[in-house]
Amino acid sequence: MSPELFIQYLFAGITYGIIYAIVAIGFNIIYNTTGIINFAQGEFVMLGGMIVITMHAFMPMPLAIAAAVLITMLVGALIEMIFIRWLESPSVLRMIIITIGISILAREVALHIWGESVRTLPYFIGNEVTSVAILGARISPQVLWVIGVCSLMVAGLSLFFKFTSLGREMRACSANRRAATLCGINTKNMVTLSFMLSAGIGAMAGCVMSPITYSEYDMGPGLAIKGFTVAILGGLGNSLAAVAAGLLLGIIEAFSISVLPLAFKDAIATTILLLILFIRPHGLFGSSEAASLKEF
Amino acid sequence: MNLLKRYIPVLVLLAVVVGIQLVTQVTETTFYLTQLTMSAYYSVVVIGLCVLMGYGGQISLGHAGFFAIGGYLAGALTTHNLLPYKNNGMVIFFNEVGLLVAGKNLYGGSMLTFEPWAACIIAVLTAGLIAFAIGGPVLKLKGHYLAMATLGFGIIIFRVVLASAYFGEADGISEVPGFSLFPGIEVSGSFRARTLNYYIAWGMLICGVILLLNLIHSRVGRALRSIHGAEEAANAMGVNTARYKLYIFVLSAVFAAFAGVFITHYNGGIGPSEAGVMKSVRYVAIVAVGGMANLWGALIMGIVLNFLSLRGIFGSYDDAVFGLILIVIMLFAPQGILKINLWQKLKTFFALFAKKQDSGEPAEG
Repeated sequence: MSPELFIQYLFAGITYGIIYAIVAIGFNIIYNTTGIINFAQGEFVMLGGMIVITMHAFMPMPLAIAAAVLITMLVGALIEMIFIRWLESPSVLRMIIITIGISILAREVALHIWGESVRTLPYFIGNEVTSVAILGARISPQVLWVIGVCSLMVAGLSLFFKFTSLGREMRACSANRRAATLCGINTKNMVTLSFMLSAGIGAMAGCVMSPITYSEYDMGPGLAIKGFTVAILGGLGNSLAAVAAGLLLGIIEAFSISVLPLAFKDAIATTILLLILFIRPHGLFGSSEAASLKEF
Repeated sequence: MNLLKRYIPVLVLLAVVVGIQLVTQVTETTFYLTQLTMSAYYSVVVIGLCVLMGYGGQISLGHAGFFAIGGYLAGALTTHNLLPYKNNGMVIFFNEVGLLVAGKNLYGGSMLTFEPWAACIIAVLTAGLIAFAIGGPVLKLKGHYLAMATLGFGIIIFRVVLASAYFGEADGISEVPGFSLFPGIEVSGSFRARTLNYYIAWGMLICGVILLLNLIHSRVGRALRSIHGAEEAANAMGVNTARYKLYIFVLSAVFAAFAGVFITHYNGGIGPSEAGVMKSVRYVAIVAVGGMANLWGALIMGIVLNFLSLRGIFGSYDDAVFGLILIVIMLFAPQGILKINLWQKLKTFFALFAKKQDSGEPAEG
């Protein structure tokens, strides 16, 4: 493999990897405040991409993206308020089935609104063939957009959770819900907020990735399973580790295409998921001591 | 007495099955039998999954995978011509043992393929072995992890089927020959064999129901329910939880594989959509609607929903309907719609009524 080709694959891997990381962080945010794995996480990315493409027909790109992110956040909040807020300590099995149902409904609604066709947003800068030379490899500027925007989101989120009082309240919720309630935090609103937040970052990722990866009504489940793989790889609930794990998975996938047929690309992520679940369910970076207190 | 109580519903089911066939015969609507036959096969998967989910408490989002393993292997083995490899040692061995059968393809060329019986056994054994192999590590997981692991397994099977030329890639396998169970009794989509196949499918379903009914009323069934209730407690009481979970997982996989084999011969083919994640979710949805730990509920819902779906009642909203069913049932009636407590509500209503009368009587007397 020539060095240029290596860098080409590496960038492809990083691009996908950071998208997986964003989906994984979406999982983590909701998991941390509720203990629920939201199987409809991939649908947020799909909705973001689809809405921005529709909006772009009426308004300039930045406005369209803002609108798409806001609408998807609203959808996230509505989902939480309609389906989850009023349930009294539901069983895990029940929550799994409900979120799977939500993901199916979201997909079917998208199918009936936008149809089966694959859509795409125009490139932010230039077009399909514009490229920047980096270390001898030709990289599309959109790839840099994806990497840049996603990195900014990750940085912004960690600052938000660390330094704002809202972020700290959400963290308190995930540490101990009852104690948080006793401190006067409205935990129910925090759950709604976590759904909005993860819907928002999912939609944002869906917007910036649309020109490269295209948007389709059924892109959700594939992204969700990879995002979950990444979340598990990093250790569920740990968002910074999710970034590392996402890059790892993206790069493994990108290089695997050079060896294996493309059709097996999705099978690789799922195989990694199964292996990690069997061998280290607490993740690559999680401590096994803490894991022995958890249930898998 | 107890036994009688257990088998009365089976006898009723038998009567209904025969009744439906006679009615369609008289009203000349025998075309319904085709969908009823397929519904029966899909319901075999559903009842197997019901025992795993409802009684054992283990979710599986990968049962379409086992169904596909059964169907695809049966289809591939009985359609792929082995003549070009007839000098291969394995093929010679298979031929001598009598596993292979010579025939003709559509264009009159001679073929050497696996005998459907042999293919069926290989397919079901493979599904069982795969379930056994992955069941060990998978069933150690709980909750979300178990759901994701089984979902991952389903996706892998789907991808493998879609990517392998041997399994026909996106086209699936077609021209699968009939499966002659006994001389004169053949599982096939032939127009004349419609009534016969209706009875084969329902016979299989009823055998499955009887087997599972006995299972859940046995030591194994009680062990499974104890696992569902509290796994640690069951373990402490000396129930080998890991073994029972694996046992029921393999059994439900075998049920799914059998259904896959038969439906492939019945339809004369199988496509990758049968292995799709949506199919697995659909099986889970049906079990949930039936009320999880309710074999008869799962069976009835399996027949009704599959029949409606196969008749195309839901049109292009087919998947949406199943998604909606899942949400509504889980939100409002997690015990299933057959146990929506109408009876209980009526009873409390009448109890209130009786109480009023009770308190009224002394005043009168």
